Amino acid sequence: MSALLDVRDLRVTFGGTAAVRGISLTVEKGETHCLVGESGCGKSVTSLAVMGLLARGGRREAGLLSFAGTDIRNYGEREMSRLRGDRMAMIFQEPMTSLNPAYTVGSQMTEVLRRHRGTPRAQAVDRAAELLGRVGITAPGLRLGQYPHQLSGGLRQRVMIAMALMCDPELLIADEPTTALDVTVQAQILRLLAGIQKELGLGILLITHDLGVVARIADRVSVMYAGEVVESAPTAQLFADPQHPYTRGLLTCVPVPGKVRRDEPLGSIPGMVPRIPPGYSGCAFRDRCPHTHAECQGDIPRRAAGPGHEVLCTLPAGWFARQAA
Amino acid sequence: MSTAILPGQGATRRLMRNAGFAIGALIVGTVFIVAILAPWITPYDPFAVNLDNRLIPPSFMEGGSAAHFLGTDQLGRDYFSRLIYGARISMIIGIATVITSGLIGTTIGILGGFYGGRVDDVVMFLITARLSIPVVLVALAVAGLLGSSFILVILVLGLLLWDRFAVVARSTTMQLRTLDYVSAAWCAGSSQMSVLLREILPNIATHLAVVATLEMALAILLEAALSFLGLGVPAPLPSWGLMIAEAKEYMFFTPWVILVPGIALFVLVLGVNLLGDALRDMLGTDLSR
Amino acid sequence: MVKFLLRRLTVAILVALTVLTLSFLLTRLSGDLAISIAGPSATAQDVEIIRQAYGLNRPVYVQYLDWLFRAVQGDFGDSYFFRDRVSNLIGSRLPITLTLGLIGLGLALIVALPLGIIAAVRENTWIDRSVMMVALIGQAMPSFWLGLLLMVWLGLNLGLLPISGTGGPEYYVMPGIVLAFSAIPSLMRLTRSGMIEALSSDYIRTARAKGLSRLSILVKHGFRNAAIPVVSIAAVQLGFMLGGSIVIETVFAMHGVGYLAWESISKNDYPVVQAVVLVLALIYIALTLLSDLLNAVLDPRLRTA
Repeated sequence: MSALLDVRDLRVTFGGTAAVRGISLTVEKGETHCLVGESGCGKSVTSLAVMGLLARGGRREAGLLSFAGTDIRNYGEREMSRLRGDRMAMIFQEPMTSLNPAYTVGSQMTEVLRRHRGTPRAQAVDRAAELLGRVGITAPGLRLGQYPHQLSGGLRQRVMIAMALMCDPELLIADEPTTALDVTVQAQILRLLAGIQKELGLGILLITHDLGVVARIADRVSVMYAGEVVESAPTAQLFADPQHPYTRGLLTCVPVPGKVRRDEPLGSIPGMVPRIPPGYSGCAFRDRCPHTHAECQGDIPRRAAGPGHEVLCTLPAGWFARQAA
Repeated sequence: MSTAILPGQGATRRLMRNAGFAIGALIVGTVFIVAILAPWITPYDPFAVNLDNRLIPPSFMEGGSAAHFLGTDQLGRDYFSRLIYGARISMIIGIATVITSGLIGTTIGILGGFYGGRVDDVVMFLITARLSIPVVLVALAVAGLLGSSFILVILVLGLLLWDRFAVVARSTTMQLRTLDYVSAAWCAGSSQMSVLLREILPNIATHLAVVATLEMALAILLEAALSFLGLGVPAPLPSWGLMIAEAKEYMFFTPWVILVPGIALFVLVLGVNLLGDALRDMLGTDLSR
Repeated sequence: MVKFLLRRLTVAILVALTVLTLSFLLTRLSGDLAISIAGPSATAQDVEIIRQAYGLNRPVYVQYLDWLFRAVQGDFGDSYFFRDRVSNLIGSRLPITLTLGLIGLGLALIVALPLGIIAAVRENTWIDRSVMMVALIGQAMPSFWLGLLLMVWLGLNLGLLPISGTGGPEYYVMPGIVLAFSAIPSLMRLTRSGMIEALSSDYIRTARAKGLSRLSILVKHGFRNAAIPVVSIAAVQLGFMLGGSIVIETVFAMHGVGYLAWESISKNDYPVVQAVVLVLALIYIALTLLSDLLNAVLDPRLRTA
């Protein structure tokens, strides 16, 4: 059976700047795939490109962009709008501004169902109330009549999630859904997403810069750097045996329970994600990499490092293990 | 690396703005120079009546005469010469009004924005009261009462058109007041006056320049309207508005008589507005109501 | 919210009182009103008679209070020229001016809103630039001149419309167009900038992510928010249009309050002039209050705060 979402060699350019440079990833049904990286590495652009929501001036190319077995590369705006909100839904980073201030929660939730299914108003309202209850909002009937500005950030993000679930989507793309929220609320939202996934069996593509989030929720992780996936592995595997210097750098920056020792300072990666000019070749990380060498200037082969584990680096397999020894 | 090739769109947009600025500057500059040089470049005395040569069409129209480039008016006065002197009137009215109203409005606005509190309440009240007064009507009534004259038009417009200066000066001063370098000057012991003059005024000057262009265009249009209604600049001065009013009776037979001064008025105001738009785009702020 | 509106109402009343005082002072600008009323050919005796007849021999503050007291009750005295109550004159002329103003505003909105939206959707294309060009042209067009051009073109050359005067609906077309032209640029710019802001907002991205139709995204989600400032400015704009009606009514010889004011100014009929200034100012003040109210109705954040 083919994957729910299968993206191969996706490229996005804005004018002369390449934001995404040929990434491939898959999301299986019932799987949470996390896309991690620093801000500016192209992870949000990737998610928007999959949804067909790129801002004006953005150009998308792909070797394959298949959703539930259908290639949607050549879908126009009209066909994509039939899919969006119905079979693939998306939630965003900013719950404070992502809801329209002029309409009630109820009106914004029901319009999804009315648009895609033509559900009568009363039934759509029932469905909205049911989903608000499911995402842990008390007194759903009251909330339906309220405006976004009357809700807290956490509540709004719950509303966004409930709204995304209105049509029982197969794929949910969540772009930094917890970044703008308080730490305690973050945990609640993550728990909610995990619970919903188990219950409904949908595929989730979660964009985050937070490895803590990844550790809690992901089945599979892809690490992005400067528009490329530099390493991809099952979550446990990635945390246990990171193969790319960038992944290792990221991991030392974040306190992961059981991975850091009390007396060691947290690491940091010097420098910034570079802008990639057209025609750039070689490893994009080489200027910041402590293990760089001459081969990093040329084309980098993607090599397997275990079952379902791929890495984009010239360093040989087991190099870090030998270093440590 | 950071100076990667700019997207083509931005470049064309910048060019468009430059084009607007260039056209605006060309128009306003030309009218300005023509206004200054009027006595030396007019072919005829703009006030010389010649009843034998009435309503000669412009030289490029049928029946036109090479002696009068834009023809003559209903009293046989050379239209081109009158048009050139009219440029003087429009420019003087525009500039003088902007100076008067600019001084009043900027002072009021800075006071309100800088001191806040009660002072600002009074300033807001003044602005609200001023906006509720119908400008054209009051200007006409004053002119009707006191008798119309060139100076009176400038005074009345200057005293009435300060509202936008005040609004913009107030809000920009308010934003500046909280900025670090202003507070720093304040803490360093500068007097209120020197903070106002050295730190605030230079920084709101560009915003005020945008307002100045808007108000100049408005003043020129209002003067023309007042003169058109017979209560602005008195005859025989060749205000463009007055020229249109005098030509009105003949427009059904010879439409060019209202076209000539009207186009002049339109082009000048368009030029001033183009300058203002270019300035506003440079600043990147939107001051339109 | 109620508190905010009450505060606005208080300011409005204060402004109205200020305008009352100013319009009284306006007629006293020339010094001796009796001389102005009597006209240039009057003898000293005539002036004295007028002074007695209009109570101008009383101290100024008595005249002021007397006038203020009557004005608040809607009594603006008698017209010197028309031999009628000023309130009757205004009452019979105001509907014409208001109709004209509403026609002008309606036409302006019909043109400005769609063009502003299209310009925003097609930002930085030739369509956007053409629309902005129209705004620039509208801003630079002297309204009285445009009126004359229309009279020559539509009235005389094409013979479609009556050239001037007061009468049936056809008499309102040309003045309405001219009035609309003066309001279009600012309404259009505001619609455009509001739409550009709305369309780049996060909630529009959400609307797209929900797969809504293009129409729903543009109108229901985009324009609904961009409309808030436009609607409140439109109310204020109507006030400016009424204030500017004197020029257009005079050009087209429409017998509204603007024309009345113009006639009265040239006849030194000050009670009428005073009253027209006052009425137009009060209408403007009422419209700004209405604009605050509309804002509150349209913006849930204000309504429920």
